[in-house]
Amino acid sequence: MKKGRTDVLIFNITGYFITGLVALVCLVPFIMVLSASFSEEKLVLKDGFSLLPRNFSLDAYKTVFEKPEIIGRAYLVTIVLTITGTILGLFLTSMTGYVLQRKDFDWRNRFSFFFYFTTLFSGGLVPYYILMVRYLRLKDSYLALLLPLLFNVFNLIIMKSYMSGIPVAFTEAAIIDGCGDFSIYYRIILPLSKPVLATVGLFIALAYWNDWYNSMLYINDELKYTLQYFLYMRINNIEAYKKIIAQSGGQVGSFIELPTQTLRMALTVVVTGPIILAYPLAQKYFVKGITIGAVKG
Amino acid sequence: MHKKSCIFKLRKYKILLLMLLPALIYTLIFSYLPMAGIVLAFKNYNYADGIFKSPWSGFENFRFFFSSGQAFKVTRNTILYNLAFMVVNTLLQLAVAIFLSEIKGKIFKKTAQSVMFLPYFISWVIVSVIAFNFLSYDYGIINSFLSSMGLNKIDFYGTPKYWIGILIFFNAWKGIGYGSVIYLSAIMGIDTEMYESAEIDGANIFQRIFYITVPSLVPTIIILLLLAVGQIFRGNFDMFYQLVGTNGILFDITDVIDTFTFRALIRSNDVGMAAASGLYQSVFCFITIVTTNYLVKRYEKDYSLF
Repeated sequence: MKKGRTDVLIFNITGYFITGLVALVCLVPFIMVLSASFSEEKLVLKDGFSLLPRNFSLDAYKTVFEKPEIIGRAYLVTIVLTITGTILGLFLTSMTGYVLQRKDFDWRNRFSFFFYFTTLFSGGLVPYYILMVRYLRLKDSYLALLLPLLFNVFNLIIMKSYMSGIPVAFTEAAIIDGCGDFSIYYRIILPLSKPVLATVGLFIALAYWNDWYNSMLYINDELKYTLQYFLYMRINNIEAYKKIIAQSGGQVGSFIELPTQTLRMALTVVVTGPIILAYPLAQKYFVKGITIGAVKG
Repeated sequence: MHKKSCIFKLRKYKILLLMLLPALIYTLIFSYLPMAGIVLAFKNYNYADGIFKSPWSGFENFRFFFSSGQAFKVTRNTILYNLAFMVVNTLLQLAVAIFLSEIKGKIFKKTAQSVMFLPYFISWVIVSVIAFNFLSYDYGIINSFLSSMGLNKIDFYGTPKYWIGILIFFNAWKGIGYGSVIYLSAIMGIDTEMYESAEIDGANIFQRIFYITVPSLVPTIIILLLLAVGQIFRGNFDMFYQLVGTNGILFDITDVIDTFTFRALIRSNDVGMAAASGLYQSVFCFITIVTTNYLVKRYEKDYSLF
């Protein structure tokens, strides 16, 4: 009995220590960015960043919100893009997934292969880019941000395997009543698929929200920047951003007086903000989705 | 006879086919059409002539890609980093998953898991800011700490050798939440009877883990590793591009095929080289994915894609 207690004790100490350490390492970087954003620029320039704010100051945030419409624009673009893309993407993915799991559809394996093959071989970046820019003429177009993330095979598989698990009994009654294929999908399968729609919807939404790559490839117009690309462009050229703010002639002072390093941190916090608040809710669905997805590879 | 049944089926499946149409068109345009563009690797592309009228150049693009040593460098980096990521991530995620499954405190477990998921949800742009926060020579927290201790500062962004560790760290950091959940759910599926009989037989907790938990997880681990090997020629573009940026000093150690192709296309406008490296990557990816998928199928039928 005593032997059993010591090994559990050692295990627990190690376990709590290691998982606690990992959790801490995951958390501390965010605290640091947060602290830096609330620090006084002069002290940061002299002594560098730290775990706690150096002399609490709201200067960086005052600068950001001096012209809130700049970041507001990026938020608007991203929110509209995310909502549109998620709804369209969910519709497309679920409809396709439904058809491909219909056991009475003789050609479903052939069509499934048509989709799956794209995970084996791809034309690569160059043809894709030239297609988008030269042939589809989507340079500086919102479509260039919307289309690439709309549909992918990973989500299709998740959708398909969930739907194939819905008991046939539900659809049989509808077929007897004379329901057409699309009605069955729309009126019966979709409502029964709420969990997978939530999971895949979150996957799609997160992809849109965090996308900066498509903006980098196709967007030159500042007004069309999405949030992450906006952040990327601004932090890599913070002086240009400062100029815009300084020229607005507001209360924050002249160009020289504007913060730089803490400003970059404040911009990062404002961009990250919603995700930190929203993700615990999303986490539950992600965990479910990973479990389904992981089991099916 | 054959024709009749085909038309009959077309009528029968009319609506289903219509429902498939959008995704079919989408995939045709965005996945299959670009495949025709691989000819660009063998051409001297100019914008005016487009893909089809640009002059052929044979293996010229490949010749330069290989003879300049770039092919070897970026391939080596891509493969070695992916191997390192596989090993480090698997060990770390396994360890965390096992601990989380065994320790008792519910609030601690839930909080720890939630916190570990935080890095997964942010973009690599944000991670690059975090990295700067730590590694910057003038303002980074590591260097402030070093100089406050009277030690010499380290120029991380100017010294390639640190980046192997830096990239492995951030890759592990970002994926720990997601990855540990996969193993955790696999652990939840293990039959508890085995544990109970082991306890009766007098096994301590370490024995239970090493003789029951880990062996039961081996199938999952192998499948995940095989799937990862299938992707061994693909680099995580977002991560490498955001953390390393346009810092050429680091390229020898940190450049992967994806970032190389991207820069060749977008920065240097060297379409031929970019197309060559892209095709090179696609071909090898095809080989590795088909091979590993075949191995997965032979190992555990349910898990393969086909």
